[in-house]
Amino acid sequence: MERANEMELIFDSNSENESFARVTVAAFMTQLNPLLEEVSDVKTAVSEAVTNAIIHGYDGEEGKIRIRCRMVGAELYIEVEDQGKGIEDVAKAMEPLYTTRPELDRSGMGFAFMEAFMDQITVDSAPGKGTCVKMKKTVGER
Amino acid sequence: MRRICRKTACPFFEAIYSEVKEELQMNYQVEENCLTIFLPKEVDHHNAEEIRREADKVIEQKHIKHIIFDFHSTDFMDSSGIGVIMGRYRQIYLLGGDVWAVHASERMKRILNMSGVTKIMQVYEEE
Repeated sequence: MERANEMELIFDSNSENESFARVTVAAFMTQLNPLLEEVSDVKTAVSEAVTNAIIHGYDGEEGKIRIRCRMVGAELYIEVEDQGKGIEDVAKAMEPLYTTRPELDRSGMGFAFMEAFMDQITVDSAPGKGTCVKMKKTVGER
Repeated sequence: MRRICRKTACPFFEAIYSEVKEELQMNYQVEENCLTIFLPKEVDHHNAEEIRREADKVIEQKHIKHIIFDFHSTDFMDSSGIGVIMGRYRQIYLLGGDVWAVHASERMKRILNMSGVTKIMQVYEEE
C-alpha cells in the first residue's frame, strides 16, 4: 500500500496568518521531494484560498479556517475550509476577473490561479454554509 | 532543476518563515513624476493593503504619472499583488501614464503573464 500522511491546521482568519498557512503547507509537502516550482505553485494556491476565506467568507470578521492536507503516494490533497457566509454562485465566482470586492482592488484572479497551479479543484459552497475548496496536485513524480 | 531535500525540511521552514515575519514598510523612490515601488519579499493580501495605501498617498501628493514596480527582492506574489498593480494603473492611465515591472524573476514573469496584467504593464527585460 502507498504511504499516506495527513496534517490539519486550524487558525484564525487574520491576514497575518496567510503567510503562516502557505509556509506550513510548503514545509509539510517537502516530504514528497518536490521541485521548487511545485512548492511555489502550492503556496500560491493556498494563499489564494485562505485570502478568499478571510475577505469573502468571513468578510473581515473573526472565524476559524481549517486546512487539511493529505499525501498519498505522489498525490497531495489540500482542503481549505471556512464556516463563513458561503458563495451564492460558485461558477460565477470562478470566472476570471469576476470579483464582488473591486473597491478592495481584488483582481478576480484567485480561483484562476488555483486552477492554473493545481491539477484539480472543486468548490463546495452554499450561502450560510461556508466554503470548502478541495485541491489536488501530483508532486515530485519524475 | 533544484529540489528541496527532505532532510532540510526544518531549516527550510525556519528560514522562509523568519523572513516572512519581518515587518514590512513600503520602500519607494520618487524621481520627478515617476514612482518606483520596491516590492517586499512576499506580496500577499496582508501586505498588499499597506502597499496600496502608501502608494496612493505618494501618487496623490507627488503628482505621479509613471510607476515602476521593482521585483528585485520578490519571490512570492499572489493575485492580491495583481490587484495592486491593476488598481494603481487605473489611477494613472487617464493622465497618460504607464506601469512597468523591473527585475522580475522567471516565477514573477509567469505570474504577471498568467494574470493578463502584462496587457497593461511593460515588463523590462534585462540584458
